[in-house]
Amino acid sequence: MSGHVFHPGHAELHGITVVVETSGSLTYVGRYDSQDEHGVLMLDVGVHDAKAAGVPKEEYVRKSAKFGIRTDHKRFVVPTADVTRITRLGELG
Amino acid sequence: MPYNPALVAPMRTEVTRLGAKELTTATEVDAALGDQKGSMLVFVNSVCGCAAGNARPALALALKHNVVPQQVVTVFAGQDLDAVARARQYFGEYQPSSPSMALLRDGEVVHFVHRHQIEGRSPQSIATELSAAFDRFFGAAV
Repeated sequence: MSGHVFHPGHAELHGITVVVETSGSLTYVGRYDSQDEHGVLMLDVGVHDAKAAGVPKEEYVRKSAKFGIRTDHKRFVVPTADVTRITRLGELG
Repeated sequence: MPYNPALVAPMRTEVTRLGAKELTTATEVDAALGDQKGSMLVFVNSVCGCAAGNARPALALALKHNVVPQQVVTVFAGQDLDAVARARQYFGEYQPSSPSMALLRDGEVVHFVHRHQIEGRSPQSIATELSAAFDRFFGAAV
């Protein structure tokens, strides 16, 4: 079963934990599932709001990389128009 | 909903054949992790091919290193739900992810390998970092 993939045919980032940055104050960290006309569907998603949070976005991402993601939503769609960058969390940790 | 046990069985075997003790109930987890002494690796197994498909062979490679944990145990996420939930209670501030690996020394998590640190990496690469963690936290000088 080594290397066996259960979900062929999906996007390259399917199943990968990513950081989705937006044009607003919100940053999302979670597993990328898919993307369609509505936006990026993510699973087990943590959300950072730069307007509300006590820690900067960079610190939130760093802590997520070290300690894992504190899930705020099981499923969440980030509107495509809001997305400015998608980065693998593994590249940032 | 758990996968068909027959589908998952080879994934369990891939880990238990390495000498890992499989924990399938909360009681078994408490017996293994409660008052844990010495060095231990907890492998949180998973059906996910993206990550677990590399994590299992990475574990196999790392366990060939000259420094290894005294005990290796495994729970299976999405299958043995109570056991996994209980195991995660021993992981302190580390959030749930699967597959993942926790290194414990005398009951304290000293190193944690999350799913995002496994995704997209080769078994060799993961094993190299895991072996370095064995050296750092379980080496003779520790």
